[in-house]
Amino acid sequence: MAHINLHNDLPGIRGLMEYSPETARPLNDLAEALLRADNSLSRGERELIATYVSSLNDCFFCQNVHGAIAGHYLNCDIPAIDAVKQDYLSAPLSAKMKALLGIAALVQKGGKQVTTAAITAATEAGATEKEIHDTVLIAAAFCMYNRYVDGMATWAPQNRQFYVDRAPQRAAEGYADYDLHK
Amino acid sequence: MRSMAYIQLNNQLPGITGLLENRPDTGDPIRALTQILLRGPNTLTELERELIATLVSYKNQCRFCTSAHAATVIALGGSAELLNQVYNDLDNAAVSDKMKALLVIAGKVQQLGTAVTPENVAAAKAQGASDKEIHDTVLIAALFCLYNRYVDGLGTYRPEDPAYYEKLASRLITVGYTRPREGITVTGEASFH
Repeated sequence: MAHINLHNDLPGIRGLMEYSPETARPLNDLAEALLRADNSLSRGERELIATYVSSLNDCFFCQNVHGAIAGHYLNCDIPAIDAVKQDYLSAPLSAKMKALLGIAALVQKGGKQVTTAAITAATEAGATEKEIHDTVLIAAAFCMYNRYVDGMATWAPQNRQFYVDRAPQRAAEGYADYDLHK
Repeated sequence: MRSMAYIQLNNQLPGITGLLENRPDTGDPIRALTQILLRGPNTLTELERELIATLVSYKNQCRFCTSAHAATVIALGGSAELLNQVYNDLDNAAVSDKMKALLVIAGKVQQLGTAVTPENVAAAKAQGASDKEIHDTVLIAALFCLYNRYVDGLGTYRPEDPAYYEKLASRLITVGYTRPREGITVTGEASFH
């Protein structure tokens, strides 16, 4: 049960967006700009950042939605996504992605945790300033989305296959213009 | 000599203002969300909603955001004493019992979404908080967990001069959070760098 009566039975952030369409619009526009718009980071890489931060924030709904979408784009299964969450440094990722995930983890703890050393490491691994910016903002944005979803105590399907089955449709429809009920 | 942000911006504006101006693709939806939450029609006053933003920024130790929203609280009729109470002695702060309960929820959201308990929500409802007020409190607190990390995570410049925050607060009260049609520079904020 959510903390308030949402007047719908949609899971996670979808129930909140149905309840509050006015705030849903900019929340969705931000996700579209960060996760799907043209970028030198692939959609899969950006979804992976979102997934990792959501797992650090212990948000079951978000880490499973975005983990499944990341797996869809990166053509890997859920155990592979889980391995990134558990130990990204040992995962088969580029040095640049590892450095960016390192920055994302610092942002999750707090903005002040990000050091010039972490930025320099990402730059030396080939990250552009735009990629660093987008990593920080994706991580910061999921510190918002995760708190919204869990702070309202929304419900989430517990079967993880639910998210995997829906990932291709979610990836295709994007965040800006979709039907909450489908 | 001002300290540089971690990335090159297309402007010399401080804190969040520089970041939002630098990237309208992400800045515009962030501004739109903030305008709805902090300035849209609401049974919580602008002062009450700014108090939520200020408390979360304070707890996140984001000096830029805390200074900006504290100045806005004061410009809306609050005081430094009120802010000090809200930060350090909420039980005895000069706000309604409903606001105390909502500020407790905001403080929980600042820690983590899962930290908000049914008891926290029941306490707010018992003091008369509506479902929408609880929803907006949670989302304002969550939004400032974004802002504070964005501002500090990119090492943005923070002016020391209190006059900067007074100018910024004046814009946030008269114009709000949407981008001024003429741009930010006309307000004089750009001179603080």
